[in-house]
Amino acid sequence: MSTAYGSGTAGHVAHHGERPRGLGRWLTTTNHKDIGTMYLVFSLTMFFVGGTLALLIRAELFQPGLQLFNPGFFNQLTTVHALVMVFGAVMPATVGLANWMIPLQIGAADMALPRMNLFSFWLLFFAFVLLISSLFMPGGAPAAGWTLYPPLVLQSGSAFPMAVFSIHLMGASSIMGAINVIVTIINMRAPGMTLLKMPLFTWSWLITAYLLIAVMPVFAGGVTMLLTDYFFKTSFFNAAGGGDPVLFQHVFWFFGHPEVYIMILPAFGIVSEIIPTFSRKPIFGYEAMVYAIASIAFLSFIVWAHHMFTVGMPLAGQLFFTLSTMLIAVPTGVKIFNWTATMWRGSLSFEPPMLFALSFLFLFTIGGFSGLMLAIAPADFQYHDTYFVVAHFHYVLVPGAVFAIMGGVYYWLPKWTGHRYDMELAKWHFWLTTIFVNVLFFPQHFLGLAGMPRRIPDYATQFADWNMVSSIGAFGFGLSQLLFVWLIVKCARGGAPATAGVWDWPHGLEWTVPSPAPYHTFEKAPELK
Amino acid sequence: MSIAKRNSRLSAIAGALATLAAVPARADWSLLNMPRGVSELSREIYDMHMIMLWICLAIAILTFGAMAVAMIRFRKSRGAVADTRMLHNARLEAAWTIVPVVILIGMAIPSVEKLIKIEDTTGSQLTIKVTGYQWQWHYEYLDSGVAFFSRLARSSDRARQLGSGIDPNTVDNYLLDVDHPLVVPTGTKIRVLLTANDVIHAWWVPAFGMKRDAIPGFINEMWIAVDKDKPGTYRGQCAELCGADHGFMPIVVIAKPKAEFQAWLAQQKAAQS
Repeated sequence: MSTAYGSGTAGHVAHHGERPRGLGRWLTTTNHKDIGTMYLVFSLTMFFVGGTLALLIRAELFQPGLQLFNPGFFNQLTTVHALVMVFGAVMPATVGLANWMIPLQIGAADMALPRMNLFSFWLLFFAFVLLISSLFMPGGAPAAGWTLYPPLVLQSGSAFPMAVFSIHLMGASSIMGAINVIVTIINMRAPGMTLLKMPLFTWSWLITAYLLIAVMPVFAGGVTMLLTDYFFKTSFFNAAGGGDPVLFQHVFWFFGHPEVYIMILPAFGIVSEIIPTFSRKPIFGYEAMVYAIASIAFLSFIVWAHHMFTVGMPLAGQLFFTLSTMLIAVPTGVKIFNWTATMWRGSLSFEPPMLFALSFLFLFTIGGFSGLMLAIAPADFQYHDTYFVVAHFHYVLVPGAVFAIMGGVYYWLPKWTGHRYDMELAKWHFWLTTIFVNVLFFPQHFLGLAGMPRRIPDYATQFADWNMVSSIGAFGFGLSQLLFVWLIVKCARGGAPATAGVWDWPHGLEWTVPSPAPYHTFEKAPELK
Repeated sequence: MSIAKRNSRLSAIAGALATLAAVPARADWSLLNMPRGVSELSREIYDMHMIMLWICLAIAILTFGAMAVAMIRFRKSRGAVADTRMLHNARLEAAWTIVPVVILIGMAIPSVEKLIKIEDTTGSQLTIKVTGYQWQWHYEYLDSGVAFFSRLARSSDRARQLGSGIDPNTVDNYLLDVDHPLVVPTGTKIRVLLTANDVIHAWWVPAFGMKRDAIPGFINEMWIAVDKDKPGTYRGQCAELCGADHGFMPIVVIAKPKAEFQAWLAQQKAAQS
């Protein structure tokens, strides 16, 4: 696959040879490892941007009364926090891992479409320049929540089209990334690697990529209709002009629910790599794991209106969406049980990746339980739009998706840098993160059940205690992440050399190449046993 | 470990246990769980919530227990050797697919029953139209024509301004008080019609169990019925992000016995005409 290597300025240098140094390398590279690194660094940066916004939110909520922000700006903070975390932190992290690891896992020399790969990264970069700069524009960033419900979102200031355009760019970037993943996996597997021999991380990304292609255009269509309503009075969502505000919610959640799985399926894939390695035992029920991911992906398309039980749907609709949503618990349960069975009769050790995977196992399951409770329409009439929902989706996204990603970083970091990292520091990072994430989000279950609505900058005094606890947890969690950055920088700069296998029980092609992985790997397809 | 060190550690543990033991006595459960509420529907919803909570807890004990056992028994540091031939087990996997389906069916049946009851607005004796505005509520008693706006009480409004210097703890029912509360009769099935004037709002009083969106251009309906023996003041808030002052449009409902309610309504009607 020397074509993957590009024919630009660096095109004719010998393999393993020179490449543009400094900034030029990062602007022109088409190497999957470089692009993967750029995605990961971008994601970590956005994690801190979104995290800073979250800390501003939690600072305002530390005690009742308004101390720091006007309510309107508070709403901009929650909106941009969510968009940055979803599209800037979690999704690019999984794309970065895909870029780095899919070619290594399937024995390919690079991604199939390397220039498109680079293009999709830079699209994403500028999408976020647009979105974040809208915070500083007259009228400010959108303040209607990341769900962008009209008519409220149509009251946004004049920077509204910037947010919409930034979403278009993110969508285009994601779709290109997804096409790249699919083409790579379908065409470039090493001879002998049939689909049902692929590593589960690769499998989870193959399915995620199809979800992305299916739903990103729907979202783009939805926000485009917002744009024409805003500028051209098209009244798609304006009842006075014959439109329907609820239509947008259907369009949004038809995208939004699969989007949740776009964030969590790669996390499932990562955990399915880590648990066997540190149990020193192959994954239990490999085929069931693949089918479970596929079933979850299918179900994700037919449950969207469970986000909308209070809009006044007909009884039949509420019944359908309650029952279809409950079904998701079945394949998700299969995954949880199979991970547990993988540990059963294994030989477990608790290195940092395993710690994060185990924490994921417990805490994601808590998020799954609250999800099951939310699925029940009659109970949802109480839970809906309260902090109970906030607690639920943060449990599945932070100790769920983010913990899996951190576990993945700890798992593959020695492969990327060629250095072993500081295990003690990683364990400190793990324990502080796990403790504070619960201090931060667990009390939010109580707040929601006791009646605190979400998306409010100020609250009645009976909610003061748990909000204070939650804010303390938030600051503890945020500060703990500085350890993570420090550890990564330290590991990138030096450390004890890592072996090719890195871990005791490496399994898969990525552990057959040296650490650090050479700039070009698998130029000749590997032989599978 | 020196004895002094051990003693200090023991006393620290004892102190922590004592604090922990005191928690249930001091805990205000209304700050931890959903209210049971004062209507038939709110109790049905509360029961559904508790059924779900207990089932989830039971499943959690089993699955977390299995994970914990695996983590303790199969540690490499205890000499555990991996059984690398344990790849799958059709019976086991079928079991943990089918058993959850059965549990889910068990959860679904009561939820379907309750949903049908919640959605049945027939046989109501009073209809109130609720309209959401940025940022206040408008109430209209359709049968008698009595109508008024209801907005955040002045005392809360002054205290909630940025840098007001007023301690919210000194304000009665901070953010949960209004100038003109909605008044409803107890022991009456009330149909609530919901709509909005500008953006989407949601009307929610936790003690009544229900919330429903108020959507411009559309009319939603739901019903509430306050128990005959539970007159009182019940508070709630807008539950759908509706702009800058979303957090500042509370709902206060005063439930009065039927006769008192009729007297109040007649008085309002006289005052408005």
